[in-house]
Amino acid sequence: MAGMGLLLLLIGYFLGLYFFDSGIGGLLIALAVWAVMNLVAFFRGDNILLALSRARKISRDDHPRLYNVVEEMKIASGLEKMPDIYIIDDPALNAFATGRDPNRAAVAITSGLLQKLSRDELQGVIGHEIAHIKNRDVLLMAISAVLLGTIVILAWYATRIMFFSGMAGGRRSSSSGGGSGQIIILVVAIVLIVLAPIMAQLIYFAVSRKREYLADASSALYTRYPEGLASALEKLGASTSQLKSANKATAPMYIINPFRKKGMSASNLTSTHPPISERIHILRSMAGGASFADYDQAYQQLHKMGRGIVPASAMTTGAIGLRAAVSEVTEKEPDEIQRARETSDLLWRRSGYKTITCDCGAKLRVPPRFKASSISCPHCGRVHQA
Amino acid sequence: MIAVYIIVGIVVVLLIVFAVIYNRLVRLRNQVKNAWAQIDVQLKRRYDLIPNLVETVKGYMKHERETLEAVTKARNLAQQLSSSGAGARAKVEGELSSALARLLAVVERYPDLKANQNFLALQEELTSTENKISFSRQFYNDSVLRYNNQTQMFPSNVVAGVTGFKASEFFEVPQAEERKAPTVSFT
Repeated sequence: MAGMGLLLLLIGYFLGLYFFDSGIGGLLIALAVWAVMNLVAFFRGDNILLALSRARKISRDDHPRLYNVVEEMKIASGLEKMPDIYIIDDPALNAFATGRDPNRAAVAITSGLLQKLSRDELQGVIGHEIAHIKNRDVLLMAISAVLLGTIVILAWYATRIMFFSGMAGGRRSSSSGGGSGQIIILVVAIVLIVLAPIMAQLIYFAVSRKREYLADASSALYTRYPEGLASALEKLGASTSQLKSANKATAPMYIINPFRKKGMSASNLTSTHPPISERIHILRSMAGGASFADYDQAYQQLHKMGRGIVPASAMTTGAIGLRAAVSEVTEKEPDEIQRARETSDLLWRRSGYKTITCDCGAKLRVPPRFKASSISCPHCGRVHQA
Repeated sequence: MIAVYIIVGIVVVLLIVFAVIYNRLVRLRNQVKNAWAQIDVQLKRRYDLIPNLVETVKGYMKHERETLEAVTKARNLAQQLSSSGAGARAKVEGELSSALARLLAVVERYPDLKANQNFLALQEELTSTENKISFSRQFYNDSVLRYNNQTQMFPSNVVAGVTGFKASEFFEVPQAEERKAPTVSFT
């Protein structure tokens, strides 16, 4: 973050030095552009994101299990307000969190994922998303994304202006006497224009990956059951369908990178998310307990480096035990077919359709524009009141 | 003159440190209170759900009178003791949890009941309430740990001692109960 801010200041300063002979002027322009974009992101960002992904808000009655799981994770994380819950009608498997502060947050999940996951797995995924909210990653990533955007835009305009003013005959050389100082500034400005967007992007990706690890660790801590998230990630990793409504700007908000391709290399510098196999491996090697220290240990074992991933300030004292799986002790969980039915019922209801269950077992879906007062079952012929 | 300035400076710094620590203690204590209220909400929700559950399953379970009575009895006892301290309460709530777990375990023998929509909805609510109890308990104990650490560690223990912050009680469910009731995971 600080690195990106510094880059923005540097590029602003040298562009200002080059164009108006005043570094401070350029600095101010860069900051002004950034501030405006931040305000937009701050006040409209969550709505824009939810609208972009065509998410629909659901209530408790629409899907009691999902609502309950979100509430459970809200309680476990100590979040003060219940986040809104959204459904994205898409067979791809993904989920994201949004909201600029923990009291105005929302979690969204695709219908595909909702029907694929068992309760424990759903808990792991929702725990990950709630952790993003609780750790204020949404705000952090929004500010970083805007910072990145500002740097890219400034660099882009600067290249255009330099190119055209260069064509017009070297306006700069005559006004201030030229000399070697001018050339050095020009060179630095050009280098910055080329390098700043790339470096900003790399920093942005690194921040994003780090926050993903932290959200995984927090999810394990909230659920006390890292296996839930691990097996959910396994299912997510096995599917290859891409989310239609995702775009590059919203990518870091999702639980897995919506643009990932098969066989992405392990230490990809230009990825918003750590490789799924690595995340699963870390979660599964948390043998000792569910605390941040256990996650950190598992991370270090994998990376063989001295540094862990969880900030020392977040570490708590005392061991934290794991719990048993829900599905291991009770076999009453709805299976995948039932879950698929639940989810499609939910989506129909959200689009204004009414569902009538006939005594013969058939389900009639009555569209919102249906005007007649009664309807007969096409399967057995019984007449129902619409 | 300089000595006076130095002494005033030290006093001001000490006052600021005192205020910061005091505020942190207040914040942590409020968090413990909120977390306790959260547990309370979920336990009350469970008291409300149990009569419904008993009413729904009674018609199906002719031979489980004892199990049902044990649940009702444990619920009434827990409700009576609902204003006592964390330690006493944890014990009766743990008994209620294991009575409930026994009831939900015998449900497996009644396929008709498992097809009842009303029961399935209740079961989801009950499962989730059990989870919420254990998650709020988890958060409460974490908050208590943080708060108690502050009241016992130097230098905040001095501030805590002067201004009367006392360590809070953990909400521990007895270990034996936990082993008897595998469905309810109080970890």
